[in-house]
Amino acid sequence: MTAVSKKKLREVALSEEEYKRVVELLDRQPNDVELGMIGVLWSEHCSYKTSRPLLRRLPSSGSRVLQGPGENAGAIDVGEGWAAVFKIESHNHPSAIEPYQGAATGVGGILRDVAAMGARPVAVLDSLRFGPLPESRRLFDGVVSGIGGYGNCVGVPTVGGEVYFEPAYAGNPIVNAMCLGLVPAARLRKARAEGVGNLLLLAGADTGRDGIHGASFASLELDDSSEERRPAVQVGNPFLEKCLIEALQELAESTAVIGIQDLGAAGLTSAVAEAASKAGSGALVDVAEVPRREQGMSPYEVMLSESQERMLLIVKRGRQAEVQKVLERWDLHSAVIGMVTGDGHLDVVEGREQVARLPVDVLTSLCPTRTLEAKPPDHSRYRLDLTEIREEPADPPATLLRLLAHPNLCSRRPILRQYDHMVGNATVVRPGGDAAMIRINGTQLGIAMTTDGSGRYCELDPYLGAQIAIAEAARNIAATGARPVAITDCLNFGSPDKPDVYWQLEETISGMANACRALDLPIVSGNVSLYNDTDGRSIYPTPVIGMVGVIDDYSKRLEAGFKEDGDFVLLVGVTANDLGGSHYLEVEHGVFAGRPPEVDLLQERAVLEFILATAAAGLLRSAHDVAEGGMLVALAECCLLSEKGMRGPPLSTGGDLRFDALLFGETQGRFVVSLPSRSMPEIQNLARKHRIEIQMLGMTGGDQLEFEGQFKVSLEEMKRAHQGGLG
Amino acid sequence: MVNYLATVVVTLKQVVNDPQGLTVRSGLRQLGFEEVDEVRVGKHIEVRLSAENEKAARARVSEMCRKLLANHVIEDVRFQVEQQDAQVGASR
Amino acid sequence: MKFGVVVFPGTWSDRDCGQVIEQVLGAEVRFLWHKDRDLQGCDCVILPGGFSYGDHLRCGALARFSPVMESVVTFAEHGGLVWGICNGFQVLCETGLLPGALIRNDVCEFRCEPVHLFVERADLIYTANLDRGAVLEVPISHGEGNYFADAATLSQIEQNGQVVFRYCQPDGLVVPAANPNGSLHNIAGIVNEAGNVLGMMPHPERCAEAELGGEDGLKLFNSVLDSMREVLVAS
Repeated sequence: MTAVSKKKLREVALSEEEYKRVVELLDRQPNDVELGMIGVLWSEHCSYKTSRPLLRRLPSSGSRVLQGPGENAGAIDVGEGWAAVFKIESHNHPSAIEPYQGAATGVGGILRDVAAMGARPVAVLDSLRFGPLPESRRLFDGVVSGIGGYGNCVGVPTVGGEVYFEPAYAGNPIVNAMCLGLVPAARLRKARAEGVGNLLLLAGADTGRDGIHGASFASLELDDSSEERRPAVQVGNPFLEKCLIEALQELAESTAVIGIQDLGAAGLTSAVAEAASKAGSGALVDVAEVPRREQGMSPYEVMLSESQERMLLIVKRGRQAEVQKVLERWDLHSAVIGMVTGDGHLDVVEGREQVARLPVDVLTSLCPTRTLEAKPPDHSRYRLDLTEIREEPADPPATLLRLLAHPNLCSRRPILRQYDHMVGNATVVRPGGDAAMIRINGTQLGIAMTTDGSGRYCELDPYLGAQIAIAEAARNIAATGARPVAITDCLNFGSPDKPDVYWQLEETISGMANACRALDLPIVSGNVSLYNDTDGRSIYPTPVIGMVGVIDDYSKRLEAGFKEDGDFVLLVGVTANDLGGSHYLEVEHGVFAGRPPEVDLLQERAVLEFILATAAAGLLRSAHDVAEGGMLVALAECCLLSEKGMRGPPLSTGGDLRFDALLFGETQGRFVVSLPSRSMPEIQNLARKHRIEIQMLGMTGGDQLEFEGQFKVSLEEMKRAHQGGLG
Repeated sequence: MVNYLATVVVTLKQVVNDPQGLTVRSGLRQLGFEEVDEVRVGKHIEVRLSAENEKAARARVSEMCRKLLANHVIEDVRFQVEQQDAQVGASR
Repeated sequence: MKFGVVVFPGTWSDRDCGQVIEQVLGAEVRFLWHKDRDLQGCDCVILPGGFSYGDHLRCGALARFSPVMESVVTFAEHGGLVWGICNGFQVLCETGLLPGALIRNDVCEFRCEPVHLFVERADLIYTANLDRGAVLEVPISHGEGNYFADAATLSQIEQNGQVVFRYCQPDGLVVPAANPNGSLHNIAGIVNEAGNVLGMMPHPERCAEAELGGEDGLKLFNSVLDSMREVLVAS
């Protein structure tokens, strides 16, 4: 092997072994353009070379699945002929460098993934992690306004999300965006470059030098030189994207369009290779035909540019004019840049000159996977002996107020009001409770959506943490009365080259696979973001679960807040001494340690079925998942959402249950629900039938959260604490 | 015809509240630039055009400002016109 | 009675307005493409919310020059009903059909939340079914909804009684704390002197169904429908 310098390999982020493999596969040395194309498609970001072998463990099929992983987005059948198309994606690295544009283009990319499936995007959700405030203020503000800025302009509501602040994310924030779209199932599109002679039509923005090598950049750790190596951070143009989405909607029924592929990471190279690979075809691209924003771009730059707001359409030969007419109506540029071929190669030419010729499978399926060394990290610093901690909080009302003011638990209103969450006239459950819900106009169908990550728990135990993320997401969906049906996931991890991170990745995926099977939830799309490290420190292992649920009749939907005075309030599920990793331990004792709560998946499933049965029977007035902060925080949230208090007899602990665990422990598989007294007999029947424990906590009404003679805090105090938490 | 570059600066009128300017001012002060009295945020627009002479160019740019580039209810506008070297930027 | 809803590139409330008019109100709707001049015989033209032309340069600045707006201006000058909502209000101010301008929210952030509106005028076609002093709950969704006019214009508007809606508390009190964006005199919506051109920042089409959180917006649509029925029957 000769002729290639280490410097050049570093530039394209290929190892020497990988280079050798390239030469073997090609039976020759690649030229510079080819090397660049392979480098970027073999990057972790594009190839999933490290995670792919592990991802195979995740279930991806089910009776509702119309499209599993491998396309621009996954799709499920939600009934009445409709398909819901959805995917979540990370934009962590770009957001670390330019928070507004990084987050905005993250939203732009995920909208295009969904639009490329033929769907109209109808909802966006986010999942965010930053270092603590106030140090992370600039990143946090920039990311939130970037997400809002893009979604608001495009006119797709941002209906939900989550945000956490932990020191582990200082310097390497997590910015995940999920989009859900709707399309009649019969009109689902695929990214297939089918039919030799059909044309490749590039539509949307002109191509500039932005983001060249963004994909390989995203596969490297951030350090001081990142500023310089910054691959010209892309600037989003949501206006153009809006026009692109509308034009694709107009083309929804056109048989002239064979396939659609979004241009994302690795630009044209990836889009064309993917579309050809899925169709088992080949493609010819003439870079001279690509409309450009800048002069003097080399073929290499054109093929690797990550300019935003571009879409590749595979169009039936001879019918390009009718497609271009629709694009022109929306003032969108488009150009035929090549055609589908049959020889399994991607040919790149510039006019008459051949620039590159690579077998499509070398770019895609033949990328070698990597199996790395896994070793559990040393967890001695997280050891927790509960017997050393007193069982009674010193001042429970004060502790509750501190928890409500905690940046991880406080009101999200300062964020949510920057997002248009109503455009589309479909948001029937607004953000701020458990899951959000949109209706499908013209039907009674409701689609519930949530994002849930569990970095804290996963740091302590990735297997359990991953199960908790899925269980919590499922509870959030069920709390609206919708049945959880499918998942899109985003796995945010540090460098897998570190054995402990690779171990975390393995454990997380095993935990997820297990929970998915137990709860019958296929994963239909997803994204992996590795190398989330700063100065050698990795973020918490952070799987983010985007879950979708369906309710046949959204008039039966539930919300988290209490509804009427004089309703009974029940705790559903069993409480144990689950204080490990809790926010209570952190706030009251300054400790982040222990083992996360166990997840009894059979019990979890039973509780979900119980909630769905009671909701479907119209027995409940509200339902809310008990999660971080425990039962008292959940009750306080029900009060705050409704501006209603509740009052009950003093709480008692039975058996060996600790008082602090009862109030603030984070045991899984629990809900707080409210219901009219007349529902009680039927609820008790159903609880017996599903073998679920229910416990009467009290009755709604008044302006305090009170357990007589034991605990009392006013709505006003709770509101003040809750609203001020984000500063 | 001669090539000109018009540099148009659009600012909010003095009577119009400029919250962006106020935010930038407080940011600068927090960074220790205590001498900052006022900040006004505006727009800088570059227009390349050709015209018979500078007077004609100025007349056209003035009309552009009136019709589109500024909203005279809230904005003030000023511009400069300078001659560009011939044929710079001719492409292809 | 036929409503027209103008579609600029970047408009997004067009579909919501259309859904309310057709499915909730049960009236006829035509979508009017920005490149066309024909208003298709519509009795009321709505300029809906969105980011027309990306709101580049200034909100509404470029929409003003589209072919459809030539017809809308003529239509308004002849007494036709023109109703600008959010971005549509911004377009009407840029066009000069309404006085003043909408600038960036004083909080420097986008705001999407319900607000309360004090109804100052109940004698308009748009508000005929309301009482003066009524309080409506309607959501806003904008980054630049801060109403501004110079002192002379403002006093003129007030003297003429052109203010239709002001931001208020739920109890109807018009106070600075109820102002979400810094608008002068808490102005949320104004009408031209003739009373046929209305501009408002809040989105009545988003609260026309109880399922979506309220029906106060429907009262405005119904006012137009009922008033126009009378007009059309009378003529």
